[in-house]
Amino acid sequence: MTLGKTAPSLTHPHQVLIEPTRGWASLKLRELWQYRELLYFLAWRDIKIRYKQTALGLLWAVLQPFLTMVIFAIFFGRLAGMPSDGVPYPLFAFAALVPWTFFANGLTQSSNSLVGSANLIKKVYFPRLVVPISVVLGGLPDFALSFLVLLGMMAYYGVYPRWSLLGWLPLLLLLALVTALGVGLWLSALNVKYRDVRYIVGFLTQIWMFATPVVYPASLLSQRWRLIYSINPMVGVIEGFRWTLLQTDNAPGMSIVISALTALVILVTGTFYFRRMEKTFADIV
Amino acid sequence: MSDVAIIAENIAKEYRIGELQDSYRTLRDVLAGAALGPVRAFRSLVRRGRGVPSANEIIWALEDVSFEVKNGEIVGLIGRNGAGKSTLLKILSRITEPTKGRAWLNGRVGSLLEVGTGFHPELSGRENTFLNGAILGMKNAEIKRKFDEIVAFAEVERFVDTPVKHYSSGMYLRLAFAVAAHLEPEILLVDEVLAVGDAAFQNKCLGKMSDIAGEGRTVLFVSHNLPAIKNLCNRAILLDAGTIEREGDAAQVVQYYLQGDYQSSKKVWAKQERPGNDSFKLNAVSILNTNGEEVSTVKLSDPVTVEIDYEVLQRGAYVAFSLVLFDPDGQVLFGSVSNTEKNYYGTPLDSRRYKSRCVVSGDLLNTGKYSFSVIGFSANWTDHFRVDQVVSFEAVDDGVLRGDYYGVFGGPLRPKFPWETVAC
Repeated sequence: MTLGKTAPSLTHPHQVLIEPTRGWASLKLRELWQYRELLYFLAWRDIKIRYKQTALGLLWAVLQPFLTMVIFAIFFGRLAGMPSDGVPYPLFAFAALVPWTFFANGLTQSSNSLVGSANLIKKVYFPRLVVPISVVLGGLPDFALSFLVLLGMMAYYGVYPRWSLLGWLPLLLLLALVTALGVGLWLSALNVKYRDVRYIVGFLTQIWMFATPVVYPASLLSQRWRLIYSINPMVGVIEGFRWTLLQTDNAPGMSIVISALTALVILVTGTFYFRRMEKTFADIV
Repeated sequence: MSDVAIIAENIAKEYRIGELQDSYRTLRDVLAGAALGPVRAFRSLVRRGRGVPSANEIIWALEDVSFEVKNGEIVGLIGRNGAGKSTLLKILSRITEPTKGRAWLNGRVGSLLEVGTGFHPELSGRENTFLNGAILGMKNAEIKRKFDEIVAFAEVERFVDTPVKHYSSGMYLRLAFAVAAHLEPEILLVDEVLAVGDAAFQNKCLGKMSDIAGEGRTVLFVSHNLPAIKNLCNRAILLDAGTIEREGDAAQVVQYYLQGDYQSSKKVWAKQERPGNDSFKLNAVSILNTNGEEVSTVKLSDPVTVEIDYEVLQRGAYVAFSLVLFDPDGQVLFGSVSNTEKNYYGTPLDSRRYKSRCVVSGDLLNTGKYSFSVIGFSANWTDHFRVDQVVSFEAVDDGVLRGDYYGVFGGPLRPKFPWETVAC
């Protein structure tokens, strides 16, 4: 067969060329965009199923961070007398737990997403990036609900946000999302090959929480350590939440820039790593 | 516009032994390696395979496969299990990449390797239709437009808002197939989806397939249903051990396949390749005579025993089998299910090796090559898998039923029935 002659005559707009990829694969973001409806449907399915069979339904989205807050308030706030930047401790903790829960759930679920969708991956073609992305996006409604509860608590304690700075909130949320997705991309691809990743994830999020000012204020650390500390993108996110919503004093400033840069690096490397490993997924998942 | 729909050029696919199952390994190996050589450890993380395998670790699932399919052709892909049919379809569907070679697909591709991929039992028929449509690559607007048609085709109008977990298996399959059937690709890749469902459903599927062909779309179709291949396809490709053994007119290729020695009286799987599910896996399937010896020819008046040798992996697993007998033309003759075994069916098993035997009585079949498919089930008939036409045997005439008649006995059966004559 002389393909050199026949191949160019295939002029169909939907022409597909199949060949082994060599080296690092391109990201194919355009194709990802074409599959945005699938992205939406998978996220929608996850949300729907998550609450369909639970007695408390959507309430779980709120209960998880809320009960954690209650426990933290008792042990860290009351018993240990943890400082909280002049804000009532329950509010101080909850303002951190709302973005933290979104981040930690997104991270955990996206890490397991490929293995969990093995059946889909083995039977249908679509850009595999859709799977972890849809999972992280699926956490947004939960976030929105617990955010409403946070607003309620603020009203209860009579704490008002810095109105002029509320525009930062979506950007901070985006930062949490990018970080969760970036780490999730790394871990989900690794999880296909090494199933121990599943066990690491729970451990990782636990340690990560203590490396993030969730139960304590970042102001406990000396200024010198603060910048290094901000390499953890969630530091920027949570400091930012408290700064805009609870009017705490320490404006994130430089630390948010560092946080954003780290998050971006994780996301970009994660995406490339994911794309590189992608072609093996269907064979080994 | 070119008249070629698919061109495949020297497609090859390599698997490492064990890659198909349990191929993931533990991070411990990598971490231990990292302490010794960080650079090498990083390489092993980003390496897509598993290092340089030695030659005896490699299985070529496909080797040097080249062919062309013209627009509007229906091509059947046949061959025994493990011949590479499904791998080829997965490569053309872009689910997995070829190790070597290239292929061009000239048009919108739809692939149907399974009906109901992504269906979720908790979601309603309506919700699953939209979800499954999106998974198969349909646009939301397109599904909306065809929704009523899909539901009517599936005959589930009244249950469209019921969660599919309450559907009968027939309804479930009909809906799943209906969504797929309303996909409008120019090139359709179909794998053995017709092997499920009852006869009415299968006929409906076959009808839809010939409609699709009638509309000038291209179909590449894997099946063990040889009569369907003969009736539906213009052309057939016979794959054997990863290479194209024969290609041409469908009826001729099917004939060649049936006559060739593509089947055997015993099939044993290597440990990593055993078919099965999480509960149990098959070790071997063999044909035995009345003395328990493996045989490839059986006399018409002797019974034929099929022995399934398997290992239960999960203690407490429920196991059942269905055997399907195919006649020399490749038509299904009958099936037999192991739920008639009283003391065994429905009993939780230990995790150990078992052998289940089914005896097909003598004085039943006609002469020729018969073959068996095995379907294995876990609890409640769910989570099943099948190995198609896995063993076969030649039924030979021992003259018992023939007597002094030297003519032809027609049909796939030659049962022994009593005759009685009385003078009146």
